[in-house]
Amino acid sequence: MASSVVVDFPKNFANALSNPQLRRNLRAAMDTLGMRRRAIFSDKDAFEALRAQGDAIRQRSLRQLPQLLEQLEKKCTENGIQVHWAETTTEASQICLSIIQSHHATRVIKGKSMVSEEMHLNHVLEEHGIEALETDLGEYIIQLDHETPSHIIVPAIHKNRDQIARLFHDKIPNTPYTEVVEELNAIARKVLREKFCAGEVGVSGVNFAVAETGTLCLVENEGNGRMCTTAPPVHIAVMGLEKVVERLTDVPPLLRLLTGSATGQLITTYFNMITSPRKSGEKDGPKEVHLVLLDNGRSKILADPELRQTLKCIRCGACLNHCPVYTRLGGHAYGYVYPGPIGSILTPQIEGLENAGAMASASTLCGACEEVCPVKIPITHILRRLRNESYSKTDSPNAVKGHGYKSNLAESLTWKGWALTNSAPWANVLNAKLLGLLGSQLTKLSKVELVKNWTQVRTMPKFASKSLHALAKEKGISDE
Amino acid sequence: MPTRPQKVYYFGTCLIDLCYPQAGMAGIELIQREGIEVIFPQQQSCCGQPAYNAGFPEETRKVARQQLKAFPHDYPIVVPSGSCGGMLKHHYPRLFANEPEAAEAQRFASRVIELTEFLVTVLDIKLEDRGQPIKVTWHSSCSALREMGVIEYSKSLIRQLQNVELIELQRERECCGFGGTFSVKQPDISSAMVSDKVSDIAQTGAARVLSGDCGCLMNIGGALEYRNIAIPAQHLAEFIWERTHG
Ligand code: SF4
Repeated sequence: MASSVVVDFPKNFANALSNPQLRRNLRAAMDTLGMRRRAIFSDKDAFEALRAQGDAIRQRSLRQLPQLLEQLEKKCTENGIQVHWAETTTEASQICLSIIQSHHATRVIKGKSMVSEEMHLNHVLEEHGIEALETDLGEYIIQLDHETPSHIIVPAIHKNRDQIARLFHDKIPNTPYTEVVEELNAIARKVLREKFCAGEVGVSGVNFAVAETGTLCLVENEGNGRMCTTAPPVHIAVMGLEKVVERLTDVPPLLRLLTGSATGQLITTYFNMITSPRKSGEKDGPKEVHLVLLDNGRSKILADPELRQTLKCIRCGACLNHCPVYTRLGGHAYGYVYPGPIGSILTPQIEGLENAGAMASASTLCGACEEVCPVKIPITHILRRLRNESYSKTDSPNAVKGHGYKSNLAESLTWKGWALTNSAPWANVLNAKLLGLLGSQLTKLSKVELVKNWTQVRTMPKFASKSLHALAKEKGISDE
Repeated sequence: MPTRPQKVYYFGTCLIDLCYPQAGMAGIELIQREGIEVIFPQQQSCCGQPAYNAGFPEETRKVARQQLKAFPHDYPIVVPSGSCGGMLKHHYPRLFANEPEAAEAQRFASRVIELTEFLVTVLDIKLEDRGQPIKVTWHSSCSALREMGVIEYSKSLIRQLQNVELIELQRERECCGFGGTFSVKQPDISSAMVSDKVSDIAQTGAARVLSGDCGCLMNIGGALEYRNIAIPAQHLAEFIWERTHG
């Protein structure tokens, strides 16, 4: 969503939670993805060694990001790839649009790309009478249903087979109803084949861009990515500017981590490395290749050493698959393009805390995401930081956009009260302590609401007649 | 095996202090029975985690400073909670990284040890079960599991009890949805999570659910009671003490 859109988080959450079909679909899918990941990374030590390597590679890349981007641009240009820089998503979409229009194209075929979602590219193209067809099976399914991706790797994960069967039957002309997976695949393949042939421009994302060679790497399983990047005469690759790595040798460990974490695969069916447009004498490949580098707040994030870690992300989706909150909500409830743990740290930084800060509170800080993250992003630390910055205004140039938007709320005051009670030499102020425990000194939560929220599915905690302090004293436990 | 100290500090945690003092006492008695002197500083209060997780580091530091002061000597600090233990051990150094107390917080953190880890790795405790046969299940708190890494110690203690059969949950590694202030700030998500946890507990057929963290116990126990499922939720220390003393 653009930042002008106000997301009603409580309503979204309640709706998602009260949809039993969605809950079942998500649970089943997340269980399968989690199981596959565990199977491929069954050797704990080997996994830890690999992810230490992945973390180091990403850190090194980010440390020298400006130089690497320059090098990437230089190499790409030498190889014949045209490089464009976009500060905002609007600029990025405009760049794509003008390339497409300069070729008088009206049919665009797209491989899966979260950055293009971030840009709302399909919407922009549609407004200009350009059809953008998603060719990734999952993306194709949700496009048929006018939905956005609910997961960054498996965009239609919220739907089960029956729902897809019904959708195909309803939306694709002359399609008999079938729940047989092979038949459903065949139906989609037939539609997409025809579109591939008619596509005038191909748009794709980029998983890694190698600075030393100017190579764009694209990971996929269906071959549609290869079609989009080779069949049409023009290929536009869109990429968040953090995706660059220094050397070609950085790619294999990251690829292992990505495919293992995302789908539990050793390697995907397709791995595309694009280094130039078609050269003279070559029989295929696009005649023009463009690379659009999108900033959209990333360089600001880069400036802060803690927040910068957000940019290590390789978009594997493992944090979503293992998140107990995402598993119950699915992606749409988050209201923004990137859901789950990565979305909850990235989105507030891009869209501003005043718009998306609530995402940072939708976490128990259980740490399941950090445990699986292949590049060791300290997600819970960043969540705490975002919570903190929601309350505190600061002069720091690195402060998160919208910082202090909750600074006038009663919650700040009451935590001060909590601090007083708990830092004074022990006083058994039971009531004040309970408030500390459940955080009743919460924003808009009155005591009544606090109790109401807690007792939605639970009985009230019972207070002991004697505290441990009193008991210990009574039993003669030394206080030294 | 680390050397056996003569004395240890005990950090009771504010939740135990308020709602589960018997669990706290059981931990003290288990240590005392092994011949170790337990000191319970009366000046202790809360580790500061509620404010820390809510995004109030400054307020947290105020409370945390009080804890640094309350445990001045070089004794191990035993904590009957993975969550508060994790706060003291892993977050205090971060919290004070740019403060004059940085070194003190580091030293403090290095002395912190979770109760079951202490009983197993330092005291090499041997338990003799005097209780009736019972089936129990176990809930891992997220911080005991991920931050402190002590779950195997906790479960090894249960396995020492001859008459106790441990039936594991289907989703032992999944959070119960407590998350401190999360439980009331995001009541719908929290409710969904704890309801699933309670169903998982019920399907084991266990007569009791044990955990090493009272936050989870308060959440899970309250939800069990709400659904009239007669499975008490109990702190592991209290369970062990009940079955092995006398
Ligand atoms: S934050 Fe980590 S686990 Fe989540 S998508 Fe990014 S790399 Fe994967």
